[in-house]
Amino acid sequence: MAELWIERLERPGLYVTDLRVPGGHTHCLHGPSGSGKTLLLRAIADLDPNEGRVRLGDLVREQLPAPQWRRRVIYVPPESHWWAETVRPHAAHWADDRLAALGFERDVLDWSVRRLSTGERQRLAVLRALARDPEALLLDEPTANLDPGNTEQMEKLLRDFARERQAPLLWVSHDPAQRVRVGDAEHRLVGGRLQ
Amino acid sequence: MSGQVIPLGGFELGLAASLLLLAGALSWRLHMGVERRLLVAAARAAIQLSLLGLVLQQLFQTLSPWLIAAVTGFMLAVAGYEVWSRQSRRLKGWWGYGTGTLSMLLSSVSIALITVQVILQPEPWFHPQYLIPLLGMLLGNTMTGIAVAMDTLGRETWNRQGEIEARLMLGEGATEAIDDIRRAALRAGLIPILNSMAAAGVVSLPGMMTGQILAGGDPLQAARYQILILFLIAAGTALGAASAVLIASHRLFDGRERLRLDRLS
Repeated sequence: MAELWIERLERPGLYVTDLRVPGGHTHCLHGPSGSGKTLLLRAIADLDPNEGRVRLGDLVREQLPAPQWRRRVIYVPPESHWWAETVRPHAAHWADDRLAALGFERDVLDWSVRRLSTGERQRLAVLRALARDPEALLLDEPTANLDPGNTEQMEKLLRDFARERQAPLLWVSHDPAQRVRVGDAEHRLVGGRLQ
Repeated sequence: MSGQVIPLGGFELGLAASLLLLAGALSWRLHMGVERRLLVAAARAAIQLSLLGLVLQQLFQTLSPWLIAAVTGFMLAVAGYEVWSRQSRRLKGWWGYGTGTLSMLLSSVSIALITVQVILQPEPWFHPQYLIPLLGMLLGNTMTGIAVAMDTLGRETWNRQGEIEARLMLGEGATEAIDDIRRAALRAGLIPILNSMAAAGVVSLPGMMTGQILAGGDPLQAARYQILILFLIAAGTALGAASAVLIASHRLFDGRERLRLDRLS
């Protein structure tokens, strides 16, 4: 039951005094564009310079080398980038049941990344993150480019993951109905501060 | 052997200059727009080389080690500036100039020193007749390799920010995330010298060997000097480009292995 606990997190344009997401819970984050949602998630993952205390259970972020922290607390951006020609090399192990849960056959792994649609990329980017077996996820609009059917599958997959792994999820969503469906709590971010 | 040299005077150089003027006139007539740059570059080369000749003449007479050290430092500083100015995305602050210059110091200057100390062993070892031309050849050629490598590194890192960060987000380290780009940069920096080694003597007659033969030297000796120079240039370029790429790519990340594009201009 590792809790994600953020205290006095600071960077230009952002100040978050206290935010706790218990293990297995999903907290939704919303707010006007430019309010700092992405800045917050990137800061938690330590992708940009920031100050403050971030813990996952007993682990303090700075006690770990940054790559190890980021492998445990994975940030999934709305737009994914891919560095190899096909899908397969982007993860060491792709679980069949998760591929199936998002409606993929196994042969998708040999597809060229360039020929994937935006929605396919977004779904595979989540699977690529899950393949690292993270302990917490920072999701930046993970269903932004998905149709209702795929959105439903994605929500179920992520909620199942959170429950089975007892992982905290911080989920940016613009859709009030989605926040009600997936969120155990929701926070509004305005001008870089939680309200 | 200097008895065989046909001396060049103002008249002979003037003839060559008139050919250049012809090319400039052609550019002007055809609206190619390079005539100004052509003339400025030609004037620069003429002035710089004449000055170099005067300085070398002076150096040969005095053999002052301090003067030779000063000339070496000057050549290094100018080469460092050239590397810096040829990059489209450079490191901000002193890192930009310092990385290229330090890499050339490590490669060109050290290799030139080793060559005169161990291989050629003139008397005294810092005799400018050997040290300065060697250094010039090395700096001029490694400069291109280092500049291309650093330019590729900066540009590719900038353009492929998304890929690099995607790898960081998934828990890869900085080294892993930039490795592809680092290799591409090194390859790009080495291609010119690899090509010129492959084509040497078959397609192209290298500049130094040409000069030595024109100046009445023995072709076989000229070939050996050229081989020596090519080897030194290749070693210097590889060393210099590798150290430049290592230093610069290290600087592109911070202690928490975050990509810091704010350090590029």
